[in-house]
Amino acid sequence: MPIEVNGKTFETDEEGYLANINEWEPGVAEVMAKEDELDLTDEHWDIINFLREYYEEYQIAPAVRVLTKAVGKKMGKDKGNSKYLYGLFPYGPGKQACRYAGLPKPTGCV
Amino acid sequence: MSDIKKFMYLNRRAPYGTIYAWESLEVVLIGAAFDQEVSLIFMDDGVFQLVKGSDTSQSDMKNFMPTYRTLGDYGVRHLYVDKASLEARGLTQEDLIEVAWEDFETEEEVDNIVEPVDADQVAQLMAESEVVFSF
Repeated sequence: MPIEVNGKTFETDEEGYLANINEWEPGVAEVMAKEDELDLTDEHWDIINFLREYYEEYQIAPAVRVLTKAVGKKMGKDKGNSKYLYGLFPYGPGKQACRYAGLPKPTGCV
Repeated sequence: MSDIKKFMYLNRRAPYGTIYAWESLEVVLIGAAFDQEVSLIFMDDGVFQLVKGSDTSQSDMKNFMPTYRTLGDYGVRHLYVDKASLEARGLTQEDLIEVAWEDFETEEEVDNIVEPVDADQVAQLMAESEVVFSF
């Protein structure tokens, strides 16, 4: 189902992931979060931006386990754990944060 | 974990022209979720999968070359490269990417898990593996 952001239409796949990662803009995450009734804080944005950088460098959306490790390495162990990440993204940091970031669904995620 | 098996992925094809290299990489990434002991061998034209600066996007495929560098994060312990295949293509280890590996718990680190091996070592590695996937 396409989503509307600031008057622009963005195509998504059947699970709500953006069809074209290059079209992404921050408003996409805002609109998706609103649909999930979630307010995006700086802590959410840290993870979203981290995922975008990760994709830029490695061309994949990391599995949640890998994301957790990588976040811990970059932002410290208090953030690199599932409790913290699930606290921010209750539908699963891999799936939900990747979707907000415009990334495809993580490889290996069912 | 009681049931850890040695998985070996054998990669023998160029990264472009067919889907084998990308498919292999995806299976490795998915399989990594199962906490097995995973190694990869690159032979024949498969060695081109690790050549620095490659870009498959011109071949109507996603450019998945940067993804190899994340394999260490996915728990892959060894990327073996057949020496004879490198030599036959005028390549040396200098031409290949480096992939780091780190154990987050123990903080044990390996700067580069890409390792050229000779034919005898390849044979031995294959013999030691409990599950072999060939691409």
